[in-house]
Amino acid sequence: MGKRVAKEVSIAIADAVKLARAEVIAAYPITPQTHIVEHLSELVANGELDAEYITVESEHSAISAALGAVATGARTFTSTSAQGLALMHEILFIAPALRLPVVMVVANRALSAPISIWNDHSDIMAERDIGWIQLWAENGQEAVDLVIQAFRIAEDRNVMFPTLINIDGFTLSHVIEPIELPDQEEVDAFLPPFKPKYKLDPRKPLTMGPVGVPEIYFEAKKAQDEAFKNTRRVILRVWKDWAKRFGREYNPVETYRTEDAEVVLLINGSQAETAMTAVDKMREQGKKVGLMRFRLWRPFPIQEFRKAVSKIPVLAVIDRALTPGGVGGPVGTEVRSALYNAARRPRVVNFIAGLGGRDVTVEDFEEMAERAAFYLKKRPKEAYEMIGVRES
Amino acid sequence: MIEVRLHGRGGQGAVTSAELIAISAINQNKYAQAFPSFGPERRGAPVMAFVRVSDAKIRLREKVYNPDIVVVLDPSLPTIVNVTAGLKEGGWVILNSSKDEKTLREMLGGYQGKLAVVDATKIAMEVLGLPITNTTMLGAFLKATGLVDQKYLKEALEHRFGRLAEKNKAAMARAIEETKLYT
Repeated sequence: MGKRVAKEVSIAIADAVKLARAEVIAAYPITPQTHIVEHLSELVANGELDAEYITVESEHSAISAALGAVATGARTFTSTSAQGLALMHEILFIAPALRLPVVMVVANRALSAPISIWNDHSDIMAERDIGWIQLWAENGQEAVDLVIQAFRIAEDRNVMFPTLINIDGFTLSHVIEPIELPDQEEVDAFLPPFKPKYKLDPRKPLTMGPVGVPEIYFEAKKAQDEAFKNTRRVILRVWKDWAKRFGREYNPVETYRTEDAEVVLLINGSQAETAMTAVDKMREQGKKVGLMRFRLWRPFPIQEFRKAVSKIPVLAVIDRALTPGGVGGPVGTEVRSALYNAARRPRVVNFIAGLGGRDVTVEDFEEMAERAAFYLKKRPKEAYEMIGVRES
Repeated sequence: MIEVRLHGRGGQGAVTSAELIAISAINQNKYAQAFPSFGPERRGAPVMAFVRVSDAKIRLREKVYNPDIVVVLDPSLPTIVNVTAGLKEGGWVILNSSKDEKTLREMLGGYQGKLAVVDATKIAMEVLGLPITNTTMLGAFLKATGLVDQKYLKEALEHRFGRLAEKNKAAMARAIEETKLYT
């Protein structure tokens, strides 16, 4: 059995990458991801992790080097935040199209300007359509578990897609908390070595990433889309196996006290924990409030999501990013779209909260639940409402 | 659940103190979390760090707004930061100061609650040879609150400081001796 230790979440993530026996790490340091890659470079320099650590001059190079490495059949990890993720943008799309299963942790941070090193989800929401499997961790334990699971999911021959794990910058990355790190033997038993069917090898030359002329591009994208949707089966299977081995369950849509709930809050990431405390408090006061969050964000778990909300009167979606001039926050827009043709659907109210490191408190969640309850009888008029922003 | 807020200046080790408390609590099988007031900390600038210790799983990611315990690592801070802000009734304020009780209570705006005082800068200078007061203030924290076992805190110090642990343990022990409690 693993050992329960007190660890900063970033350090635990680096330890999880070591437990997964990553062979190549290519990364460029950026706050608040820094501790993850610093610790990895230490582990490599100390000889504790037998991997190649490629220091690069930018995130664009970090992801490029990572893709080159994974193309040769090496288990590869990278990590970034905010502007770093934005700088990776053009290369991010190439990874799934070439079916290169790199694993990345994104320590979520606001995009500039104004310059902010603090947490929100604007970095990852700008990368919704890159075609990577996208997961959310709520606490340090989940971050560790998801990193190890991500390699197995990504590298499965029926998947072969890059996979990223979102962890909230600072509010999760810089927190010391109790985490159970699995033993090496347990991880080895769970995670087989990476053996891709095709890899770059000078002895057996092949081409990756040739031009897609109009006669083939569309078919290639359709094939990619189909294959991406099919990853769901593998993801569910991996989580089932994880639960059996480690006793911790993972689901595409996680719910908390949603049975009989009139209002359900939906928020991704670590602040769902604060929301849980708010839900407990409100339940004690007899208010029928529940909580849900996406564990799996891409591919979007539409079946599980529709089922989870089918009996809920009001769903309050809390976005931590803006879609300027849009019809809601990115999660709110997506959720409304997913429900539009559903036979049974809740009324959806969309809040924007916690931009650029603004704390989202238990009180804020109570306020949102209260405002949402107002819409049990009335349709919301506004596309979204902002919470916790000073008006004067 | 007990919530702690630490005030210091960048470089004094407020974050390390917070971490050591949380590590000790977790090692004695409690639940705990420690985190800094996130930002680009600069040496000498006022900083904060937070700790939560509980017997049950902690599901909170907000800052500590209503601490049970406030620890202040730097003697000049109470005059420029409202260190008692949000302090719970019956809570502790633990100060590094050479001043007397009356002066300190006035400095804290007429604060009437529980107060622990130690001249941590003096101890740190004498024992460590540096004005870094974090481990010394942990001694005052232990004496006033008993929130974690001394044994686990010593272990955490050893793990963190290696060959410098002995001096830090000595500074902590002297603070336990010299801290005055006014309740």
